[in-house]
Amino acid sequence: MADKQTTVSAMADEITSGMTLGIGGWGSRRKPMALVRELLHRDVTDLTLVSYGGPDVGLLVDAGKVAKVICGFVTLDSIALDPLWRAARQAGTVELTEVDEGLFYLGLQAAAWRVPFLPARAGLGSAVQSETPAFKTVANPYVDGPFADPEDAGAELFAMPALRLDVAAIHVNVADTAGSAMVLGPDAHFDDLFLGAATRRFVTAEQVVPAGTLADHGPLERAMIHRLLTDKVAETPGGAHFTANPPDAQRDEAFQKHYAASAKDPETWAAFKERFLAGDEAAYQSAVETWRSEQ
Amino acid sequence: MSDVTRADICTIACAEAWRGDGEVMASPFGSVPALGARLAKSTFAPDLVLTDGEAALVHGIPTLATKSAELVRESYVPYKTIFAIVWSGRRHIMMMASQVDQFGNQNIAAIGDHAKPKAQLVGVRGAPGNSVNHATSYWVPDHNPRSFVASVDVVCGVGNDRAAAAGPGASRFHDLRRVVSNLGVFDFATPDGSMRIASVHPGVSLDEVAAATSFALAGIDTDVPVTREPTETEAGLLNLLDPKGLREREVSA
Repeated sequence: MADKQTTVSAMADEITSGMTLGIGGWGSRRKPMALVRELLHRDVTDLTLVSYGGPDVGLLVDAGKVAKVICGFVTLDSIALDPLWRAARQAGTVELTEVDEGLFYLGLQAAAWRVPFLPARAGLGSAVQSETPAFKTVANPYVDGPFADPEDAGAELFAMPALRLDVAAIHVNVADTAGSAMVLGPDAHFDDLFLGAATRRFVTAEQVVPAGTLADHGPLERAMIHRLLTDKVAETPGGAHFTANPPDAQRDEAFQKHYAASAKDPETWAAFKERFLAGDEAAYQSAVETWRSEQ
Repeated sequence: MSDVTRADICTIACAEAWRGDGEVMASPFGSVPALGARLAKSTFAPDLVLTDGEAALVHGIPTLATKSAELVRESYVPYKTIFAIVWSGRRHIMMMASQVDQFGNQNIAAIGDHAKPKAQLVGVRGAPGNSVNHATSYWVPDHNPRSFVASVDVVCGVGNDRAAAAGPGASRFHDLRRVVSNLGVFDFATPDGSMRIASVHPGVSLDEVAAATSFALAGIDTDVPVTREPTETEAGLLNLLDPKGLREREVSA
């Protein structure tokens, strides 16, 4: 059995300019932030981000790493809008393909199932369609015969294209060395589909344990990321900070507030970056620790 | 009942949106709709289903002050399974709207040009899918000519005109119910699916409503009913379910 352990830094090495990067989690919940922070230091550019967006999107866009974002929102949950995202959008510095949250799910599912699209009602008549002319509709083929539903005889449906990813990264509570992984918080969100939609699949974890021992750490039903979905795992405690990753950590609301407040003004944002984001992950964690002791 | 506030009236108007819905998921956005859904469930719509906002359906009727740890969760619905509910139609959402137009198109994504907006808002979120799959209502706490607009800048929730134009794929389950604002209640019971004033809140004049609306409201020149006040039982429940008075902070009277 292959040992899939590696480092966050080695994962970042594989993410190169122009790639489409899928980031798991949801809003300010269970984001692979250690990898995001590592990418801030790399000279990678022109990424396309595919994300149920949170601070991952705000930070990478602000750092000039991103050409395009595919999402339905970028939120910090307890704060409606990531201020870095707001600023970039209002400056027109990032291209946005906006999709309905459910269409986003179908796009990942289509890629994971290797079909070109999945149909939906969602999107029809909305700006999702009008703002992105590349999106197509498909005619319901069941106009007669035993499977036809007369109510939908003339229906055109939204054809959500497969969101194929070059790389996907997720963050979990526990992974094993063979690449299985367990989400112990309330929701694994769409992380299995991000992995399924990607060519190269990375899992970062609070803790990496010997292969086959995940069941010692929680109910087996929580180990919904099996090793057929993953290529590499890396241990990075606190790697989701400041986003929520229960039971290891609740969202660090105080720090998130500090992030959001700092990001609203160029001067305070420069100071925030200098203090927290200039060094490596260990430096970040230690700077946060110091900041917390000052509060 | 002289101590009835505008926020109380708005809450009743929101609660009324769910009357007769039966066993569906009620998804309220904003304190007033959240309180309205709880009031409806406490009284005339007992089968409504509420969520914990995370990954579960909740048992009973929590108040707006109930802490997450105190909720009784009755079943597990992680985010992915919400779409099975959305697309099945067993849901009535009340979203907020930064802009809503004459045919009930709603905008929560951006003000101005989508490519470089004057103001970035929360994004389309689930509004496109919600509005063409299940009952949809809106709550606008600040009714003014910039929120009730002739035409929205970015169509998130789909209105009657655009649903019809997109054909049965969009219109079959499209079910736009009502818009509640701090000035009145509005529905779409018109031949062309345009917005009509259904009732005006006590103390609000029709001139005020017309002046705050950037398009011609159907029915504004008729004998418009007044939005009902809470019953004595409901007034008691409002205070019980919203002990901190969150509803008052959301409504500009």
